[in-house]
Amino acid sequence: MVNLSPISATQGVLPVTYGTLELCEICPDHITSLAAYRGQSDALSAALKSAHGMALPAVNRVTGRDGARAIWFGASVVLVGPAPDASLAQHAAVVDLSDGWCQLRLSGDRIDDVLARLAPVDLRWANFGRGHVARSQLVHANVAYHRLSETAVDIYGFRSMVHSIVHEITRAMASVHAFGHQ
Amino acid sequence: MRISGKGLVKNATQIAFEFDGAQVHGMAGDTVASALLANDIRLVGRSFKYHRPRGILTAGSEEPNALITVGRGAAQDPNVRATQQEIYDGLQTASQNRWPSLKYDVLSVNNLVSPFLGAGFYYKTFMWPEKFWEKLYEPFIRHAAGLGALSMQANTDKYDRAFAYCDVLVVGAGPTGLMAAKTAALAGLDVILADEDFLLGGRLNGETYDIDDQSGSAWAAQMVHDLSQLDNVRIMARTTVTGAYDQGVYGALQRVGHHGPRRNPDAPLECFWRITAKRTILAAGALERMIAFPNNDRPGIMTASAVRTYLNRYGVVGGQTVAIFGNNDNALRTAQDLSDAGVHITAYIDSRHDANVTGDFPIYRGATVCDTAGALGLTSITIQHAGGTDKIATDILGVSGGWNPTVHLTCHMNGRPTWSDDIASFVPTPGAIPGLTAAGSAAGHMSTQDCLQSGIDVASAVIADLGRTAPQLSAPRAEGASYQISPLWAVAGKGRAWLDFQNDVTVKDIKQAAQENFRSVEHMKRYTTQGMATDQGKNSNVAALAILADVTGRGIPETGTTTFRPPFAPVSIAAMGQVGQDKGFAPERFTTSHQASVDRGAPFIEAGLWHRPSYFPIAGETTWRQSCDREVQMVRNAVGICDVSTLGKIDIQGPDAAKLLDFVYTNTFSTLKIGRTRYGLMLREDGHVLDDGTTARLGETHYVMTTTTAAAGLVMRHLDFVMQALHPEWDVHIQSVTDHWAQFAIAGPKARELLRGVVDQPLDNETWPFMACGPVTLGSVQGRLFRISFSGELGFELAVPARYGDALFRELCARAETLGGGPYGMEALNVLRIEKGFITHAEINGRTTAFDIGMEKMISPKKDCIGKTMAARPGLTDPMRPRLVGLKPVGDVKQILAGAHLFNPDDEAVRVNDQGYITSACYSPTLGHSIGLGFLKNGPDRIGDRVKMVDHLRDVETLCEVIHPIAFDPEGGRLRG
Repeated sequence: MVNLSPISATQGVLPVTYGTLELCEICPDHITSLAAYRGQSDALSAALKSAHGMALPAVNRVTGRDGARAIWFGASVVLVGPAPDASLAQHAAVVDLSDGWCQLRLSGDRIDDVLARLAPVDLRWANFGRGHVARSQLVHANVAYHRLSETAVDIYGFRSMVHSIVHEITRAMASVHAFGHQ
Repeated sequence: MRISGKGLVKNATQIAFEFDGAQVHGMAGDTVASALLANDIRLVGRSFKYHRPRGILTAGSEEPNALITVGRGAAQDPNVRATQQEIYDGLQTASQNRWPSLKYDVLSVNNLVSPFLGAGFYYKTFMWPEKFWEKLYEPFIRHAAGLGALSMQANTDKYDRAFAYCDVLVVGAGPTGLMAAKTAALAGLDVILADEDFLLGGRLNGETYDIDDQSGSAWAAQMVHDLSQLDNVRIMARTTVTGAYDQGVYGALQRVGHHGPRRNPDAPLECFWRITAKRTILAAGALERMIAFPNNDRPGIMTASAVRTYLNRYGVVGGQTVAIFGNNDNALRTAQDLSDAGVHITAYIDSRHDANVTGDFPIYRGATVCDTAGALGLTSITIQHAGGTDKIATDILGVSGGWNPTVHLTCHMNGRPTWSDDIASFVPTPGAIPGLTAAGSAAGHMSTQDCLQSGIDVASAVIADLGRTAPQLSAPRAEGASYQISPLWAVAGKGRAWLDFQNDVTVKDIKQAAQENFRSVEHMKRYTTQGMATDQGKNSNVAALAILADVTGRGIPETGTTTFRPPFAPVSIAAMGQVGQDKGFAPERFTTSHQASVDRGAPFIEAGLWHRPSYFPIAGETTWRQSCDREVQMVRNAVGICDVSTLGKIDIQGPDAAKLLDFVYTNTFSTLKIGRTRYGLMLREDGHVLDDGTTARLGETHYVMTTTTAAAGLVMRHLDFVMQALHPEWDVHIQSVTDHWAQFAIAGPKARELLRGVVDQPLDNETWPFMACGPVTLGSVQGRLFRISFSGELGFELAVPARYGDALFRELCARAETLGGGPYGMEALNVLRIEKGFITHAEINGRTTAFDIGMEKMISPKKDCIGKTMAARPGLTDPMRPRLVGLKPVGDVKQILAGAHLFNPDDEAVRVNDQGYITSACYSPTLGHSIGLGFLKNGPDRIGDRVKMVDHLRDVETLCEVIHPIAFDPEGGRLRG
């Protein structure tokens, strides 16, 4: 029998910091896509509530809390944290994406300035508050942004592209950090 | 010279910088232009075409003459406006377009032959012979004409790009912009105030009059300070709004690192912004224009407002004596300020007979400047008036031909400005840019009092438009002088009267254009090149078209303007292209086995965005072919490992999953048994092949589709289109799982042996027959196993969650090596599949059909599918179409080359005799000779025939025999074994 050791997508690369700005990888146990079958949204929401404590999120929003969140993801909702309860599969296409997507956390005082260098949408705190989600681009890559607080945002991106994503974020972090230190 | 006690920089620290190798001293807050003038350096460059000595004309971004190169080596930055470049200790600058030096320039000989170099010279002269165009004329012209030069080294500077959003974008921070920003900010709107200067305040910093009881510059500084304290105001200095685009989007270039030594390697030199604004207030002011009189381009001749700005802002006058020439009341202010500062004014020349001018200096009414003298700088002017002509010695001449509102942004969506007789210039046409309103002097208001009020009024209208309540503000007290102007565009006389200083265009050129029937303003522009330089004709457009109107006997409104296009001021390509710099060009996708492959010394090739190993060299191998041949034989005789994670993997679930698959594939998947995999072919709507791959059925309503690496995104989009547009009623979901699974091919006769002990389940032929699939366990890890083969050998593909990919790849390779095998790369994979006649996108290249690749029987007659009807068109089923065959060499030449064309052996190798082409080729170590796949007219019926391969590019001709596409193990016994 083989014994395979897991490694994270950004092992040896993250975390990085520039002043108060920090980028690290969060490695949730599970990321699961939930796409409700026809007419099953309410039932899925109820099952999600019963099994994991949160209803389905509205468009561009999240429900739940750190450790167990449901995040609007465009065509589907992703459950981040717990293993999906078996009951969910009665109402939705359930797909394991735990290793397909990376969860990166950008935090610090000037993250809005960093985000302004990455995404062509308005992600300023005043417009993109706690619990808001946007599917957009990070330079060339398609990602999801989830605002946690005024000083923290999670960025979800494809695992295979994570080095390019990290490169772009750290480039922007370095630039923002240097803007204030000239 | 510096004027004692004058200027905002009077108490600043002294700074030393370099100009053309000499050290020059200036004050903190100086531009290169003001510092040069303070040192009585008037000659700063040579003109574009005639290499005329030129000096500083203006004090802003519209400067056409004083272009300098900043820095040296890789960081060298040409064509920087000396009027914008701030000085700092250690700054290196140099003049341009001269050789060997600024004072002694060889190509100034052009100036002597200028009578021959007028408008249309190039078009008339460099016509013949045609073969000289590219080899002689163009290099000559390019060498002779031009601005600064690039270093030809890779740019080491960093650039940045960013997005910004606001309720109101205020363009320009002069009196109008400051007042508008304050009004909008007090209404609670989110405001961005952008100005291209490093010191905000616009004209207020170049004037002496007061606002309320403060100096204009002090009032501006106080306003900027107050605004900077507000959370809803973002002040962007050194930021030029360069273009107006759809939906309230504006481009803006921020100069971040130009004004200091490059201390921080992460600091960008420039940042290119895309600002999205609900409303925009254009408060960009107005630009003073010149008058075209003979020899009006000598160093020392400047706009009157520039003379004033250098005096009042920088405490600088470019010489000992100054004359002023104007056609409006505004010019008088320059004379008054100079007089108050104790500067000797040699003459005040006003073209108006009735000008109401008084002052303690010689005044000439109804007079014009008709000539000037001074080889490398102005020494005297000649004026003509009712009493005759006078020659007056002077170092500096300030000229005011009136003011042109800065209408440029309002024209960026093809709008045209409107002529105003009141100010003898163009003003913005309301509504030319949706959401943008011009205010202040940009809208034609010419007194400071009017500008302040206009800022309040326009901002209040914007506030109301956005559903807010405007604050009750009244404009502070300021000068409210009326603006009287009598148009004067050109003064007749001997000698060239310059209009476009940057492209060396004269009044005579405009007249000649009209004479040669280039009467339309757009034709005149292109014939003379007026307005086509990097200043976009900011200093010359209005005068040029006024002169054109005059000589063509039309009015100015009728003549019209040319189109102002973005950018308003030059933007470096590096700033606009920042997103594509270095690794920003495209994302890189890496497999989980990447590091292990790097560790083994594998070179990589890019397959789409993916980086895949070409081959895995071992000790003693010096060429890729050695490695490739070994890897192929390894797979045929033992076992090989290949990372196939890059293939697209799409999870398909739902009650209608089978319907979706039956519709997009030519063959049937609803009949596929759970736990089995099937090869499928997909067509485009037009009947040509879109993609191929295998799809596995994991459950009653659950499939996982595999696509080719190249078409993964394309197929995902195709499925999305079918689900959203063609069959929205189907209850089915798709989800890309490409990145979730690390998937490895284990291929070769020892594949089963290798997997024993890796996978916990038995893998004998009964439980895992060819094309079986299902879940497996690898200790505590849940994986998926597919018995499929792209090599023709006994093959499996084993998938595990990506976090385990690195560990599994290393484990599989180690086990393979104990069995005489190892990893194989893309080269060997390609050889293995060519030997088996398996197609890739080399064959399904977008032009081929199922019929062409011999798979027409895969289009099920029992059901419909996308592309079925179109694939049945007679043209797509003609036997004479080029169809898939194999090829092997039979003559002395053994090379088969992809891309080469096929001909009958006795035919001449020309286009009309073309019989087909080769898509894939390799040396087959298994068969001992080269083989190829290609498309040959009526190919399947020509097996055994001979054809001639001709590669016209590489000059290779090979006699080939047409063989079956499957060159190795045609029965397929090995992969079923």
